[in-house]
Amino acid sequence: MKRILIVDDAATLRLYYRTILEGAGYHVVEAINGVEAMEKTLQAPFDLYIVDINMPMQDGYGFVRELRGRDVSQAPAMMISTESAANDRSRAYAAGANIYLVKPVKPDELLANCRLLLGEAHQ
Amino acid sequence: MAEISISQEEFLKFREFFYRKTGIQFEDSKRYFVDKRLLERIMETDSGSFRNYFIMLRFETTGDELQTLTNLMTVNETYFFREEYQFKCLVNSILPEILGGKKGSGPIRIWSVPSSSGEEAYSIAMYLLEYWPEIHHCDVEIISSDIDTRIISQAKRGHYSARSIVNLPKELLYKYFRYHDGGYQICDDLRQAVAFTKVNLMKPTDVRGYRDFDVIFCRNLLIYFDDLSRRHAADTFYDALNPGGFLCLGHSESMSRISSLYQVRKFSDAVVYHKTKETK
Amino acid sequence: MPFVNPKESPATEHDERKRLRDCASLELQLTDPSPAARRWAAKDLANCPGATSALVAQLQNEPERSVRAVILTSLTELGDDEAIAGMVACLRSEDAAIRNEAIETMKLLPNQVSPIMANLLDDPDPDVRIFTVNILESLRSQNVEEWLKTVILHDDHVNVCAAAVDLLGEVATSASREALQGLKERFPDEPFIAFAADVALKRIDTP
Repeated sequence: MKRILIVDDAATLRLYYRTILEGAGYHVVEAINGVEAMEKTLQAPFDLYIVDINMPMQDGYGFVRELRGRDVSQAPAMMISTESAANDRSRAYAAGANIYLVKPVKPDELLANCRLLLGEAHQ
Repeated sequence: MAEISISQEEFLKFREFFYRKTGIQFEDSKRYFVDKRLLERIMETDSGSFRNYFIMLRFETTGDELQTLTNLMTVNETYFFREEYQFKCLVNSILPEILGGKKGSGPIRIWSVPSSSGEEAYSIAMYLLEYWPEIHHCDVEIISSDIDTRIISQAKRGHYSARSIVNLPKELLYKYFRYHDGGYQICDDLRQAVAFTKVNLMKPTDVRGYRDFDVIFCRNLLIYFDDLSRRHAADTFYDALNPGGFLCLGHSESMSRISSLYQVRKFSDAVVYHKTKETK
Repeated sequence: MPFVNPKESPATEHDERKRLRDCASLELQLTDPSPAARRWAAKDLANCPGATSALVAQLQNEPERSVRAVILTSLTELGDDEAIAGMVACLRSEDAAIRNEAIETMKLLPNQVSPIMANLLDDPDPDVRIFTVNILESLRSQNVEEWLKTVILHDDHVNVCAAAVDLLGEVATSASREALQGLKERFPDEPFIAFAADVALKRIDTP
């Protein structure tokens, strides 16, 4: 079963993503910020990361940058934020994200992009 | 009066709240333990029901009740070789890295705080003597501090009950202790290996002199602090550490709710926090 | 024994700290090229009541995270209106790290930030309104539910409402029931809003 880490400080939003992803058969783990996400990743790596940008302690850019920079994981990362300005998108890619989505994300959109990043798009 | 009980839904609600506030997460298997302590506080505060208690807990302005509850949920005691995996990490991974990065011939400095009655600091000394051969080629300073002067006197004395030594391998007990006066007296060599000092971590004038440490152990203390004090402590340790130094927290503690100054490092024995040489 | 006991003083004072520690010179050291010197200066300025402006000015330009953390901690201790205003300015920063550090710090100052919450919830920038909702989480005040209700009744931005309803999931009482139901009608095409409103409504109904 593919393991997905949701990194977001908003509890209900995590529950929303979890409900959608578990419904599609994924194993879901949650973290409330980049530091906790790194702790959990170091315990056992994930197949996909879904990362918010604005979070306390360590923001999403910092987390993905550290993930890539320390070579902890090269697994695909989806960044989701409330912002849609072009420079946020380019910052997300520069940090090492693979896809950037703007909130709010609909269930179909979330699942389709997860499948794409996990290489399951053709199934 | 009807018996007060806590429903599954309420347990989950509380667990999520407590996790967000303290970073401490209870497994389902801890349900009985959590309920028991919650019921204790519901009675103690005359709340009458979980719902009333929970409202009070969320909206109290002082945070006092959350603190009381946290203390209750985290009651624990210290003993020799408690959370031994971190000492393993110290000798197998941390000290080799520190030694590899050391310029010059200064001592390796280790700070254990809070000292409590000294079990942790003495455990570190014993562990180094037993499991780290490099100890014979370099100097090590172990400093252990506490806010409570009575407990410091006790730590310096080094006299322990049977409960403290229960996890200690027998051969180490025979080697470093002798039975005396109804308890176990640690040997003078170990007593002299540790410097015990009084420190209030929240007092800038107290902590100012604490610098140049390579490793800090601060286990099961921050869980008793409020958010601001935790952050102060994280800052204080950051200043007290050499670049490249390590901070070890207790097994249920995490920096993820406190500070982003440290880099999380996973070694084979433990997860610890690292002050990187260059910060960003 | 390979253990050595430290000298009387546990450690030696570093050069950075040997300089004069009066407030005026500390403010000058805030722009020192050495991050360690800036960090110590920022730390000691917590005892200088007039130092807020200098700390706020440095906060906006400070590249080192560890120095920013100390500046924010010192501003927390000073805690005056200007310090709060400096943190609010950080909410508008282009740098996500600075924004989030400011949010974290403001959460530690519930009494000082409460009076400006209503104004910030009216800010023209939706991101500032979202950050304000994030700060509300820490306020532990009965007003929080009222503020959140106002947001979900009137704010036009879906993500501001999403942040508010997320928090209502934890603090909502029956006073929010109608507002939550109304929110679903205001954003009928947003599955997350419906989901979060239902979570909050379910929690209200849990006895």
